[in-house]
Amino acid sequence: MPAMSDLLTLERVTAGYGATVILDEVSLSLGRGAALAVLGRNGVGKTTLMRTIAGQTDLHGGRVTIGDRDAGRMPAWMRARLGVGYVPQEREIFPSLTVLEHLDVGARAGAWTTEALFELFPALANRRRHFGTQLSGGEQQMLAVARALALQPALLLLDEPFEGLAPAVVHTLVDVFGAVRRTGVSIVLAEQHARLALGMTDEAIALVRGRVVLRAPSRELLERPAPLEEVLAVQQRVQSSDSRG
Amino acid sequence: MRTTRALDGLVLAGLAAFPMLAPGSLDLGARMAILVLCAMSLDLLVGYCGLITLGHAAFFGAGAYAAGIFAVRASADPVAGLVVGGAAAALLGLLSGVVLLRSRRLTLIMLSLATVLIVQEAANRWGGVTGGADGLQGIAMSPLLGRFAFDLSGRVAYVYAATTLAFAFLMFRSLVDSRFGQSLVGIRENEARMHALGTPVGARLRTAFVISAALAGVAGALQAQVTEFVALNAVSVEFSGEILIMLILGGAGRRYGAFLGAPVYVFMQDYLAREDPANWYLWIGLMLLAIVFLAPGGLTAGVAAIARRIRGRRS
Repeated sequence: MPAMSDLLTLERVTAGYGATVILDEVSLSLGRGAALAVLGRNGVGKTTLMRTIAGQTDLHGGRVTIGDRDAGRMPAWMRARLGVGYVPQEREIFPSLTVLEHLDVGARAGAWTTEALFELFPALANRRRHFGTQLSGGEQQMLAVARALALQPALLLLDEPFEGLAPAVVHTLVDVFGAVRRTGVSIVLAEQHARLALGMTDEAIALVRGRVVLRAPSRELLERPAPLEEVLAVQQRVQSSDSRG
Repeated sequence: MRTTRALDGLVLAGLAAFPMLAPGSLDLGARMAILVLCAMSLDLLVGYCGLITLGHAAFFGAGAYAAGIFAVRASADPVAGLVVGGAAAALLGLLSGVVLLRSRRLTLIMLSLATVLIVQEAANRWGGVTGGADGLQGIAMSPLLGRFAFDLSGRVAYVYAATTLAFAFLMFRSLVDSRFGQSLVGIRENEARMHALGTPVGARLRTAFVISAALAGVAGALQAQVTEFVALNAVSVEFSGEILIMLILGGAGRRYGAFLGAPVYVFMQDYLAREDPANWYLWIGLMLLAIVFLAPGGLTAGVAAIARRIRGRRS
């Protein structure tokens, strides 16, 4: 049973796309203001886990609870209104909307006003009338995060937010996520770079073939990374045997 | 933003100046205003929502028949007839939208075609009320606002159609500039992302569908009132295609596409039908091909590209 203070709970969730099952009996819980790292190599189901929380996959079994609401059959837009902000790996910036329109299109009343978001990302303030495709990769990622924050989320799902970004932008985003967390927003961070993710989170899980194979406090894994390294190595062996087979 | 405001003003000024510029073509002007309104209403679906449909004539025809029947059987007041035409088309939009908007792309096109055929056949079969294949006759409109009788010069008809179009444009403009309009563009570009941003995509599209249908119905009602006749081909697949061609010609999703596409189409149609009556459709086809290759975003995009080039040369 989910604890009363939990913002998000997954109980033995099996999910995928159509008849294809990707996540296999995944369970996790996340308290308000907490941060969870989801680790694993490419293709282990990290994005599917994020999309399952956001309501973009087909649930085959188990239970998803957001706040005190059973969200398993809830469409994505209702979950967003319950406070789930999802920053997808591909950023999914709208080519025909300006920066300002991106921040307005799903905006809800709350602390993350357009001006507050421009304070958080001054680079975007200077480009407020530019279209999505006129931005650099780093700016697009900032915009994707700002757009999700404009929903006034209680939970931010970040799917590999640092992928392909310059170190300076990564640094900016790490600071921003820290600031966002301090406002009480919970974070689920899917990331391949374990060290970076562990430094930003309280707890971590590792996935192999859609199953949770490791669960530990992030600090513990930073200090004693052997179990995580073993999991990732196992995974590499699994993947190479798959490719041989 | 400043350019957009100036162009909006230019559109409205153009509508107001037309009677001075072409006093002998007010009938043609009224016809163009009606087609602009119809193409603009389709733009909301095609250009902004990204829904390709070949069923728009169903809403235009529903508005025309409703206003025509209302004039014959209830009241010949033009403004009341407009409201009735718009409401009838909106109702049809509401009912058909529930079914049509479950699908996209080819299936949506097929279902929209089916809608036109069903409405057309209903109008044909229900001859006692609609006039069937002979068309709805016997419409005699009262003077506009009780004072301005529809005259042979077409002046009242033009002012009536152009004023309705101007109001509709102001509404269309505020709609596409609003958060609602932005969300339609978002849905067109990435439906799943809009879901994830808390937008109930289905309900949003149904609302846009009803608004678009209502505007097309108003255009149909205008046509019925101005010509005092409703032909069965007001609800035809052919007319649906023509509206779509006008919009593509002008540029879909570009705010002014209907204002360029519909007049150019009507002008070309009139000119070519006179000069080469046997082959005028061939010329229209060639013109469309030229537009697709030379200005893929339609005439609006072509004009914008030329304006950018001139501005670039100046600076």
